Amino acid sequence: MSTSAKPWGKLAYYGVGSFACYAALFMNEREVLATFTRTDGAYWLLPVIVAFVISYFHGGFTGCFWEVLGVQAKKPVPKAVEKEEIEE
Amino acid sequence: MTEQLFIELNFQAVVFLLIIGFIGGLVSGFIGSGGAFVLTPGMMSLGVPGLVAVASNICHKFPKALVGAIKRHKFGQVDVKLGLSMAVTASLGMWWGSNIQKSIKATYGEAGSNLYVSAAFVIVLTIVGLFVLRDAVRIYRSGDTSGEEEVGRLARWVQSVEIPGTMVTFHVAKTRVSFLFILPLGFATGLLASTIAVGGFVGVPGMMYVLGASSLVASATELVIAFVMGLGGTINFAMSGYVDIRLAMLILLASLFGIQLGAIGTTYVHPYMIKVVMATIMLIVAVSRAIVVPVYLAQLGYMALDAATADILKKVSFVFMVAALAAGALIIIGAMIRGHRRQATA
Repeated sequence: MSTSAKPWGKLAYYGVGSFACYAALFMNEREVLATFTRTDGAYWLLPVIVAFVISYFHGGFTGCFWEVLGVQAKKPVPKAVEKEEIEE
Repeated sequence: MTEQLFIELNFQAVVFLLIIGFIGGLVSGFIGSGGAFVLTPGMMSLGVPGLVAVASNICHKFPKALVGAIKRHKFGQVDVKLGLSMAVTASLGMWWGSNIQKSIKATYGEAGSNLYVSAAFVIVLTIVGLFVLRDAVRIYRSGDTSGEEEVGRLARWVQSVEIPGTMVTFHVAKTRVSFLFILPLGFATGLLASTIAVGGFVGVPGMMYVLGASSLVASATELVIAFVMGLGGTINFAMSGYVDIRLAMLILLASLFGIQLGAIGTTYVHPYMIKVVMATIMLIVAVSRAIVVPVYLAQLGYMALDAATADILKKVSFVFMVAALAAGALIIIGAMIRGHRRQATA
């Protein structure tokens, strides 16, 4: 399906990051839950920050995962964008 | 608070969340939304309180939508300007919708609220689902399934209406419309999102049939709306301490595999398949919600129904919901495989 080089390095980088995030979350499950659900101060930011951090690492990992397996977007991608501008 | 609101996770619960998360992600990557209607009741069936289920679902939704939107943006399918315009107006709709929900709950109780949600599901999804299905069948019968989609009559009229000072051009969606048409469309998307948790069932068809965006662009742009609304919803629930980050991140763990695959799938299939998947899911979900309407009518005293029958109806309804998601996923995978074979033999 794909002849280009596989992104093994990126897969490892994102994979380690993703694993570390999930390990930190579930090895400290009770403390995390107790802290993240506090309604005083700015503790509400914690779930939002964690979601962004995990989406960065795990999003990168899952993207590389399919690429390494050879599952990639069809090339050329269907043209959803035309170059010509719409008349103003 | 922690002990009452948050469940102990066991192996079965984790596997269940991962499977539903993956399928939900696959569908979201392909049609721009989906999964929430199964995930929320699914979590509740594990013993998660309703509010925590809604909050945790929305907390997994915004990072998922972000990853999906970035992926599909790389394919040139996302109209960020349209997505943000819709998201702003959808936020108003969401606020209005949550007020309606609160008012109904205060007047008619839990059963009244459930009946309202089910009625919204059945009416909206049946009408919109049949419309989308009819369009997909028309394209299929025309024989030109791989060509560029035609802009419908309503969208052509909307594009022809010139209201000075309100016209906005969306380059990726290849449309120029008055913001006064975006306003009610985004509002309806937010209203539906606050009612049935899947605003995309109005947002995506709206962008296609009212604004004239292609199904590829509409479904990809919906991910921007889902991100903005999901982020806002998460902040709102997190401030009240309802987000179970474990549940949200477990679902996200699997759903990101799914959303990447669903997004890749859009590049292999004929664009009308997005309409086929969307219509199929909408119509099966409408049936699922219609099945439980007698339960809520009985709870409100409008009809008689014994507890055993009510329990069976609820279970059958949930099975239909899961079937809707599974049917959507099967159509997507089948279409991807066919699309890949076409490319291989071309």
